[in-house]
Amino acid sequence: MFAFIIRRLLQSVLVMLTVALIAFALFRFVGDPINNLVGQDTTLQDRQKLRETLGLNDSVVVQYWRYVVNTAKGDFGYSYMHRRPVKTMLLERMPATLELSIISILLALFIGVPMGVYTSLRRDGFLAKIFMSISLIGISLPTFLIGIMLILLFGVILRWLPTFGRGEVVALGTWTTGLLTVSGLKALIMPAITLALFQMTLIMRLVRSEMLEVLRTDYIKFARARGLSNRAVNFGHALKNTLVPVITITGLQLGSVIAFAIITESVFQWPGMGRMFIEAVADVDIPVMAAYLCLIALFFVVINLIVDLLYYAVDPRLRVDGGGSGGHG
Amino acid sequence: MAMSASSSDQALLSVRNLRIEFPTRHGTLVAVDDISFDILPGEILGVVGESGAGKSLTGAAIIGLLEPPGRIARGEIFLEGRRIDKLPYEQLRRIRGRQIGAIFQDPLTSLNPLYSINRQLVETIQTHLPLNDREARARALALLDEVGIPSAAERIDHYPHQFSGGMRQRVVIALALCAEPRLIIADEPTTALDVSIQAQIISLLKGLCHEHGTAVMLVTHDMGVIAEAADRVAVMYSGRIAEIGPVQEVIRTAKHPYTHGLMGSIPLIGHHVDKLTQIDGAMPRLQEIPAGCPFNPRCEQATDRCRVERPNLQTAQKSQVACHLFDETGRTGVEARAGE
Repeated sequence: MFAFIIRRLLQSVLVMLTVALIAFALFRFVGDPINNLVGQDTTLQDRQKLRETLGLNDSVVVQYWRYVVNTAKGDFGYSYMHRRPVKTMLLERMPATLELSIISILLALFIGVPMGVYTSLRRDGFLAKIFMSISLIGISLPTFLIGIMLILLFGVILRWLPTFGRGEVVALGTWTTGLLTVSGLKALIMPAITLALFQMTLIMRLVRSEMLEVLRTDYIKFARARGLSNRAVNFGHALKNTLVPVITITGLQLGSVIAFAIITESVFQWPGMGRMFIEAVADVDIPVMAAYLCLIALFFVVINLIVDLLYYAVDPRLRVDGGGSGGHG
Repeated sequence: MAMSASSSDQALLSVRNLRIEFPTRHGTLVAVDDISFDILPGEILGVVGESGAGKSLTGAAIIGLLEPPGRIARGEIFLEGRRIDKLPYEQLRRIRGRQIGAIFQDPLTSLNPLYSINRQLVETIQTHLPLNDREARARALALLDEVGIPSAAERIDHYPHQFSGGMRQRVVIALALCAEPRLIIADEPTTALDVSIQAQIISLLKGLCHEHGTAVMLVTHDMGVIAEAADRVAVMYSGRIAEIGPVQEVIRTAKHPYTHGLMGSIPLIGHHVDKLTQIDGAMPRLQEIPAGCPFNPRCEQATDRCRVERPNLQTAQKSQVACHLFDETGRTGVEARAGE
């Protein structure tokens, strides 16, 4: 177990170094960084001097190492566009994205799992068929379309919910939250639903197919033959056995939700990291793009690590190593 | 039916004219066709037959766990005189485990891999008996001891994957015995086990049921297991009972030509034979069961009557046999065959 964690941590470091290399390469190969920093009328000598002070004349390896060390310390450099530390910009934007993403994935889990269980138990029921049909829409409609349609209905026609922004936010130290004000919560509803819908249908369909699989197994039949109540069989025995794939997918999806909240954030003018990234791409603001890349990679690595640890919590076959298969007496 | 109505009064389990159907797109398949039998308290009834003869389905029907679309189309099932085949799900659930225990074929897949043995035992015990956690755990420990798990106190908190196949089947037996059921339906309990362990499990099952006065419906295709454990045996063929009677009588003087062929195909230790007898052909598929006696295409003694008229169970000696050769009472199988 301990060796496993160490091994996974080393792998994670390797992944992060690779990502850092790609981010670092962005600086070198997307045009000359000096050109991005200075005006057209800067003299060659000034450029040379700047090159020297920025360390751009050192070998690539030295520069890469310096980049890795700085990044690890959280120093992503200055935004070309805004002339502010990228770190500060990220910290401002991160709460918005994380709140939206986490609320969305929770929404997806707490609605998707029960719906998946329901549709697997009442496979031929009317409601189950409706759920399955709706899930087809959720899985096939593009996110931005759902967002725009929600805005049209609830924002423009019914005027119940704000169509853009985050509403009022409250600062808790460096973290700004929209979860504590009414307008913040109202502003969160539509983006969260938009972002959650696809994940929800994915989780629902996953739970359904896993449940159908598990319900056919011998241990479920044996549990029924022992007279255990339906609740104990379906939720105690069957649902727990579907958890491993559900945890895997949910973890991966949380990563994707954070990374690809971009579209939803654009539709709802949500002041998160995704929108910052889109703006950075438009402005060729490489420090911001590189920092975003590293940060998203870090999220994925951490989430995957947590997912692996959750396997251990769920499945005793992984937990107990060796343990002896016990000879027959 | 030859069985009198009165026999169901003392019988623990009575199955009467049971018919199990599977509706399919190509018409209804009859998997079990009009079978009747009794199991007396404490008795071990072996049910033997080829795959698809309907033995396991009969067991599943008794505990109300036929897989849809399979359904009981006709017939009645009584447990201690009380009809149970029409009970609502919740009432039948309380009978399962409490009055009728079950043991399945493959111990490797019968236990939930994510829960400890203790948790699975305690959950089952508390479903049926009003015991608190400590009492239930004590009972679970006692059961594990009884089924012969060495150092049960240490192993009770282990998970299924930490036990061998034979040990897991012992745990499965403990689970079936949790609430002291009157009847256990054991569906091929040794088929998935090593031959060396099969005998241990069978003698364990036999011993426990003898001690507790538990009756067993022992479904198997292994005549050796039947000979070892059963008091009576029912031979099934194409969803019907071909022959049912005391195990020694059925083995020594098999009456139905199918049973006879079945016995002839078992090699005996000490008897040298060059070639085992075999029954030519295969059991018909469900959609191709012939008219009359289902065995007639493979039967060397079949007559025109066998191809038209379905034989009913006839009493012959202490057994009953569904064969036209035995229509005239008093003829034994040997005489009947000699007369051909």
